[in-house]
Amino acid sequence: MTQTPTPTPASVQGPSGASGLTEPSSNGVPRRSSLTQNTLPSWLWIAMLGGSLVLGAALSALFGFNLATWFIFTAVIYILSSYFLTRTKVNGRRATDGLWTNLVYLAFLIALMPLISVIWSVASVGIQGLMAPGFLSSDMQGITGLVDEASQTEGTPVLGGIFHALIGSLLITLAATVISVPIGLLTSIYLVEYAKGGPLSRAITFFVDVMTGIPSIVAGLFAGAAMAWFLSVFSGVTGLLTTQRSTLGITAAIALSVLMVPVVVRTTEEMLRVVPNELREASYALGVRKWRTILKVVLPTAISGIASGVTLAIARVIGETAPILVTAGFVVNTNWNLFQGWMTALPVYIFRQFQNPTSPNFSDPSEQRAWAAALVLILIVMGLNLFARLIAKFFAPKQTGR
Amino acid sequence: MTSSLTQSDKRGVAGDRVFSALTVSAGVLILLTLAFVALFLTVNSRDAVYQEDQGGWILTAFFDYAYPLVIGTLIASFIALILAAPVAVGVALYISHYAPPRFSKGIGYVIDLLAAIPSVVYGAWGMSFLGPALIPVYGWLHENLGFIPLFAGDPSQTGRTIFTAGVVLGVMILPIITSVCREIFIQTPKLHEEAALALGATRWEMIKMSVFPFARAGIISGIMLGLGRALGETMAVALVLSPGMLTASLISSGNSTIPAEIALGFPEAPPGSERQAQLIAIGLVLFLITLLVNMTARWIVSRHKEFSGAN
Repeated sequence: MTQTPTPTPASVQGPSGASGLTEPSSNGVPRRSSLTQNTLPSWLWIAMLGGSLVLGAALSALFGFNLATWFIFTAVIYILSSYFLTRTKVNGRRATDGLWTNLVYLAFLIALMPLISVIWSVASVGIQGLMAPGFLSSDMQGITGLVDEASQTEGTPVLGGIFHALIGSLLITLAATVISVPIGLLTSIYLVEYAKGGPLSRAITFFVDVMTGIPSIVAGLFAGAAMAWFLSVFSGVTGLLTTQRSTLGITAAIALSVLMVPVVVRTTEEMLRVVPNELREASYALGVRKWRTILKVVLPTAISGIASGVTLAIARVIGETAPILVTAGFVVNTNWNLFQGWMTALPVYIFRQFQNPTSPNFSDPSEQRAWAAALVLILIVMGLNLFARLIAKFFAPKQTGR
Repeated sequence: MTSSLTQSDKRGVAGDRVFSALTVSAGVLILLTLAFVALFLTVNSRDAVYQEDQGGWILTAFFDYAYPLVIGTLIASFIALILAAPVAVGVALYISHYAPPRFSKGIGYVIDLLAAIPSVVYGAWGMSFLGPALIPVYGWLHENLGFIPLFAGDPSQTGRTIFTAGVVLGVMILPIITSVCREIFIQTPKLHEEAALALGATRWEMIKMSVFPFARAGIISGIMLGLGRALGETMAVALVLSPGMLTASLISSGNSTIPAEIALGFPEAPPGSERQAQLIAIGLVLFLITLLVNMTARWIVSRHKEFSGAN
């Protein structure tokens, strides 16, 4: 065997030829195979990353050290140096490949940063407010600027809670679900089971897609205007409810339904389409009517996907602020009646506590309550998302074993 | 005379008819709702452009009121798009082609978590954390690039500027663009990818030659959907931005967007007043803009449907 680094047939065919990047030979000089000759050693990127971290820290220290500039300098140094090193030592094509690999990894890291930052900022501030006495079980009735002021100047606990907002969110979302699930479900049944590609079904598909993009605030404006019109017509015809105002919990529920229906239609439609046709045909062959086939065969098969889609739709609308703000208003006491008086929802509560602190001079108690409410809201939404995935996973129809 | 074979069993016919009528009416109800959305907004915004006591049509007054808001909305959305689109495509590529296959599904869930965070929480985050963190950046931009009109003007001391709002919007639309792109990238025919690799292409060349041409329509429609979402996003902007006059400067306070203007103004506007009509009218303008963006996105997708597999 030759000891030179130049490739020979022997080094390629030899037992150690293609197996590794560099093989230490008897006298310690690395011998390179022709297959791996044109690559850089595999440990190099770690060394370069370490070097870039040190250099980045040094450069960042020049401008007053902080994490952001450290990250930026490290990324720039690492990506540029590995590009030029590969370009000179290997070839341009590999250098371009490596450059884009690094950029893709960088994109992923950048995307993670806001997620971590948001969750950290909400959790770190919100825990404290969540631990305040009666935060989950009391509303804001009787909590005035003076109460908040006392908590700052005299050290009394921060009072006031989100009970009214939780009840409001729960009732409004529940009503929106009751309105939009039947409509969405029936529409998707029409699209999958009845439509034959005619103009009506194409129009519905297209406009459901368009509806997905309606700005939430526009849905709120629509619901408010529609409810005001309905009430004026209703009281004009019957003479009842002449003093009724349109700012109601149910108006907010209608606004949320406008946002929720397209989501339900899209997810349910997908789930119904994956129900195997053999099941429908077997049912027809037994002489079962179409509507009973749909209710007894198709829907039960797809129910897990539908349930998880509906849960995701609920998770989406429960965090909506703008449509509820313009339709249901905000109050400090607990309102259990969707059809009478203003209602507060959790996101609106957060918004108001930030925007108009209870005590204008001491905004800290309001912000503490708002962050804690934000933490509760995030936990609810993430819990719903997790729940949806669990439904989809554990109640999925069996693929085999019939 | 009918035999028992040709005579059909009438039981359940009513059920069939009722059920199919129900499904059709649900679909029609959706179409009607959308029509009513347009109708109600149009009718209720009449007072904004027509006032008897001001001599009939006041279109110029409304235009003067609306155009800074439209431009502000577009600026914030485009900042969001410029920041989010490259990152989102990169993340989608990471999930579909770079991440270890065992983790790629979990990573997808993590990115979806970004979409699960309510917009008001993003607004609070942008107002209390991101804005103050960006103050030194604005100072630096003003000192070194102040000759560009975008960075002229006094840098904001609270960080609550249109640029901060754009960054927050960018974070919010990232998961949408990512999930659309990811779905399309995964659908790239394996044979195309393997053929490219077999010819000696590097991974990037394979992506450039087989994944991007296949996914182009999907990427564009994902970006358009993100744009639609950014245009209509309310709470994040309402909390982050301290609204003001239209200015070209991105780093001083000023500018406003349509949704934020409605959210801040509507609870204070008395019902039936001209102010409320004005707010509903700019809501209608916003509705039309997003409608246009979304329809363009759908049209691009449907045009490429036959040969791209994107839908």
